[in-house]
Amino acid sequence: MIRARELTKHFQVHKRPPGFVSAMKSLFHRTYETVKAVDGVSFTIERGERVGFLGPNGAGKTTTLKVLSGLLHPTSGEVEVEGHVPFKRETELLERITLVMGQKSQLIWDLPPSETYAMNRAVFDVPKAAFEKTLAELTELLELAPLLDKPTRQLSLGERMKCELAAALLHRPTTLFLDEPTIGLDVAMQVAIRDFVRSYNQRHEATVLLTSHYMDDVVALCPRIIVIDRGVLIHDGDLRQLIKAMDPDKRVSFTITTGTPPTDEELGKLGTLVTREAQRITLKVTEAQLPGVIGHLLNLKAADLAIEDPPLEDVLRVMFGQSKAKANGPGTGA
Amino acid sequence: MSAARTLRALPTLLRIGVAETVAYRAEFLVWILTTTLPLVMLGLWTSVASEAPFRGYTSAAFVAYYLSNLIVRNLTGSWVAWQISEEIRLGAMSMRLLRPLHPYVAFAASHLAAIPFRSVVVLPIAIVLLVSSGASALTTEPLQLGLLVPSRALAWIITCNRLFMIGAVAFFGTKTMALMNLYFALFSLLSGYLLPIPLLPRAIGWFAEWLPFRFMLSAPIELMTRPLDGAQVAAIMLGQIGWAAATLALALVVWNRGIKKFEAVGG
Repeated sequence: MIRARELTKHFQVHKRPPGFVSAMKSLFHRTYETVKAVDGVSFTIERGERVGFLGPNGAGKTTTLKVLSGLLHPTSGEVEVEGHVPFKRETELLERITLVMGQKSQLIWDLPPSETYAMNRAVFDVPKAAFEKTLAELTELLELAPLLDKPTRQLSLGERMKCELAAALLHRPTTLFLDEPTIGLDVAMQVAIRDFVRSYNQRHEATVLLTSHYMDDVVALCPRIIVIDRGVLIHDGDLRQLIKAMDPDKRVSFTITTGTPPTDEELGKLGTLVTREAQRITLKVTEAQLPGVIGHLLNLKAADLAIEDPPLEDVLRVMFGQSKAKANGPGTGA
Repeated sequence: MSAARTLRALPTLLRIGVAETVAYRAEFLVWILTTTLPLVMLGLWTSVASEAPFRGYTSAAFVAYYLSNLIVRNLTGSWVAWQISEEIRLGAMSMRLLRPLHPYVAFAASHLAAIPFRSVVVLPIAIVLLVSSGASALTTEPLQLGLLVPSRALAWIITCNRLFMIGAVAFFGTKTMALMNLYFALFSLLSGYLLPIPLLPRAIGWFAEWLPFRFMLSAPIELMTRPLDGAQVAAIMLGQIGWAAATLALALVVWNRGIKKFEAVGG
């Protein structure tokens, strides 16, 4: 279980304008600004949950993950992970958690990944049989075999990320903090990683807290999402309910392959035109209008008909826009 | 992490330390050659003492001193401060802190593994030269000879502790290179690295007798090259044990305070 109560993390940041004079002045007098990276965030995540942790750049997602994994001491508030206070970095906790950061490597740079794996086995005291079984499983799933003996520095970003994920899971942690775990991976490998994380979560009843800029990762993996902006929690709940609350209209996509294509004006009578690319058209349609629109499209012999929720990206864009307007307050303008 | 578990992990950590050391062959060879400053000083001082002993040091005594210096320096070197400072500055320390192994143990094991390789070229040459040219100035006392290995081990531990502490200062200010340069200047002067402590000006020499620098380098050299009575030997060993304990305690205090300031930059 993960629990954060009124968690805050502030940083003192040295501010200096560009230029030689400012550089010289900063030798004698420095101006610091307090940045509230995380500001009073509270949530509880039960064991075995998969939760997406979303927010724009600089929202405080990674800082929160670093506090939860014990790298940062919180400025105030309480944090508990698997019954431990993370910043105490007790062995019992470190054995149960892992943090994968797409931008940071735990692999030993000059040696092949297999050496990092051997070191992790020794440090986490993983029995040899369990280690070999887990490594074999990860090697097969992530297609690591050709990479294990190449120096890490010679791996591509995607190859390195696969090896990072394996290094992070060799000790079979029960809490996974995944910060952009699919960054740099091709689409097929992104899908493979998602499948693997879901399967790992189900087999080991592992708790997963995931940040990703690929919304497909979040939609595919996380029934629940926590949204944070400017260090403040702005949503915590079911992903579909959020989408429904923010934008209840459906996206209806179809292709016209026969007859005269409808004009934009005709489409406007069915719903709001979202995109029109060659013969493929997407409309935004209210739930009440949906049966009538579908019937009409079938009469038009529309092909490849698809009815979907609005993309999470669009929902979040609206949400962050509202959050920004609220933060700026009335009358401040954009 | 328990001591038993650390010991179980140690062989793997040492093996990986060796692999890291030899990963870059060209850099490795250049690095070996950078440890030869005592040979430069040897040339200088043997020239000074060629006509007559200089303040009691004969030419053979200087040969014995500086070759012993080279051997001890190669067996006790550490560069942990640079590593810690860089890892904090670039954010790599985060991944290290996620492992259930104190970074002190991880760094120490890595450096311990590198020592034999660091010494692989210089050490045999130094030993041959020492035996052929400076043997007359070497001790033959069984007690002193018996204490050489523990004394070098303690010298390495004090060095590691000092540098670990300096590295941990980076938690407070991110970069510690200036502090490292100051430290190295003091070390060079007060440890006997540049010249034997008895040749220092009296006041500086008195301080050097008590400061930890002497116990990081000069102490094992003194055991190798100076005739010492039992009390002097005991003072050297007790001084090393005391400084090893004190510097370890200090290093861990700085580390534990510093880690609360860690900003885990990057990522």
